[in-house]
Amino acid sequence: MQYNWDWGILFRDPYIWWLVDGLQWTLTIAICAWVIAFCLGSILGIMRTSINPYLRFIGTAYVELFRNVPLLVQLFLWYFVFPELLPEEAGRWVKREMPMPGFTTTVLALGLYTASRLCEQVRSGIEAVGIGQRNAGRAIGLSETKVYIHILLPNAYRIIIAPLTSEFLTIFKNSSLALTIGVIELTGMTRQIEEYTFQGFEAFTAATVIYSLVTFTVMGFMLHLEKRLYVPGMIAAEK
Amino acid sequence: MILMENVSKWYGSFQVLNGCTTSVSKGEVVVVCGPSGSGKSTLIKTVNGLETIQEGKITVEETIVSNRKTNLNQLRSRIGMVFQNFELFPHMSVLENVKLGQMKVLGRADSESENKAKLLLDRVGLADHAAKFPSQLSGGQQQRVAIARGLAMDPIAMLFDEPTSALDPEMINDVLDVMVELANDGMTMMVVTHEMGFAKKVADRVVFMDEGKIIEDATKDDFFGSPRSDRAQQFLSKILSY
Amino acid sequence: MGDFDFAIIYNNLPFLLEGMKTTLLLTVAAIFGGIVIGTVLAMIRLANIPVLSWVAAAYVNFFRSLPLILVIFWLYFLVPLILGRPVGAFASVLVAFVLFEAAYYSEIIRAGISSIRSGQAAAARAIGMTYSQTMRFIVLPQAFKAMIPVLLTQAIILFQDTSLVYVVGLKDFLVSAELIANRDQKLIEMFVFVAVVYFTICFAGSMIASRIQRKLPV
Repeated sequence: MQYNWDWGILFRDPYIWWLVDGLQWTLTIAICAWVIAFCLGSILGIMRTSINPYLRFIGTAYVELFRNVPLLVQLFLWYFVFPELLPEEAGRWVKREMPMPGFTTTVLALGLYTASRLCEQVRSGIEAVGIGQRNAGRAIGLSETKVYIHILLPNAYRIIIAPLTSEFLTIFKNSSLALTIGVIELTGMTRQIEEYTFQGFEAFTAATVIYSLVTFTVMGFMLHLEKRLYVPGMIAAEK
Repeated sequence: MILMENVSKWYGSFQVLNGCTTSVSKGEVVVVCGPSGSGKSTLIKTVNGLETIQEGKITVEETIVSNRKTNLNQLRSRIGMVFQNFELFPHMSVLENVKLGQMKVLGRADSESENKAKLLLDRVGLADHAAKFPSQLSGGQQQRVAIARGLAMDPIAMLFDEPTSALDPEMINDVLDVMVELANDGMTMMVVTHEMGFAKKVADRVVFMDEGKIIEDATKDDFFGSPRSDRAQQFLSKILSY
Repeated sequence: MGDFDFAIIYNNLPFLLEGMKTTLLLTVAAIFGGIVIGTVLAMIRLANIPVLSWVAAAYVNFFRSLPLILVIFWLYFLVPLILGRPVGAFASVLVAFVLFEAAYYSEIIRAGISSIRSGQAAAARAIGMTYSQTMRFIVLPQAFKAMIPVLLTQAIILFQDTSLVYVVGLKDFLVSAELIANRDQKLIEMFVFVAVVYFTICFAGSMIASRIQRKLPV
């Protein structure tokens, strides 16, 4: 194996700034997409446990549709196909004038895709809280909405803190797909450094270390959160 | 006050309730018993609409429970219910458990709910435990909190669904004591239970169920003195012989 | 939007089929390699061997913290470097998938074995079975049965993930479709077709998985 080591490359201008820039994109994509996924996934999860069969069906259909098509294909559909299906004006706007098209599309695609996974977590959390709690809430006269707000959701979210965290980490890792539509995030940046300098080993090592560090930091934060929100006797769901 | 007429219910093709007719008058204590799987838990849950029925009619005071248009939440706020597994809300303190319905359903002020909750917790002997979480209490204590939670709504009647069957033997009496006191105060009660001692002590009537049907509906003295059906006799001899 | 041009799909079916073959070959090979290495990792972790168990755990957590695309890039870069000669994209991508998936399979297998109540192992030992007999006749058969739906689900995920070979240009199903899409300017037709094919296969697979799940005793 012949290779010219040069670890200094990582700290040299401009490459170090490329890495910083890449990490910024990665984190921004991940956080924005997670907000979408969390909100939409919660609504879908509630729908899937609803007493209304139509709402349940919509939730189920969404999950099946989004989790059975590869994320990369979904990304391409949003990026290349979706603007063509819009009315002419809107389509042109999306293609020509929409700010940061690659970034926006990635956030949207990643958020909608992950919502289907989050929906399942929220659903399993609500189901873990159980029919008994639902009945107890109803029995004192709480409406369905209030049963969710005061009883099912506060317990369900506590139960699924760990799965919600791993979903965030999944988004964080999946944000690397953005490089396929021209958003040079962290993985894309290291690939770019490799192409410019031929120091692939150093570049990929840098990305690897950064991804691992962020992952372990987030895990640590999650454990802290779990402790802070701990209620005596509460069981956490298995991952 | 509670009137059930020809109530039937199916889970798919399986019939859990078969033409049940009975009633509970104001101030009356009715005990429902029967072997497991006889439909007694399902029956009591139909009273406040937690279980829907396919045939028959259930009326609580003037309200027709089985009518689709009935505002069930309003009805439920006037009927207390106690469950086999307590079902206290695990993320709230004992005090908050008793306050929740008062504030969110009845719209009572915080201070008023709190006073009422403290009063009731004192009544069930748990005033010292108000700040604890449910899981820090024993089963018997949790069940007494659950009773207080029901009473906090100033109910016109209380439903008990096997309130002692998930409890360790030494805790059963604490809960039964509270229930006896409640009965003596004139509360209208429908109680699913195997505790025949409780029935003998405070019940006005006993309803015996088997395979979804009401086999016997008699005064306490008639039921224990001379149950007419073989099945009721067998049931009594089985649970009393030990 | 214009008319949906079915002919473009029909005319290029043989080419697309070649791509699908690559996708399936990669999927099957990665499942096989992933399960083999994953089982070894799971066994090491469960056996509680001082240093080795720690290494296995570190391997699993390390790979699970990385994006698959980065792992694909790593191996695309490393494999030729280590071998000292250029290799095809397929070989390096396969190595990447096996290493990556092994981490996930290891967790599935470990969870499967742990889910068999320790009472079962104790009962087997109590009637005089050795450790390996206990594993072979009591624990593993139950664990494997319980794992089938999860293994199938993971296979579906892996099947979808193989589309990421796009980043190194390996001609799988998606890349083949994309080549036609760009050559003939038929993006809508090709990408919709790709999505439908993936959906059909994965949906059928997940239906089978949940059916098996329901049949299993709790």
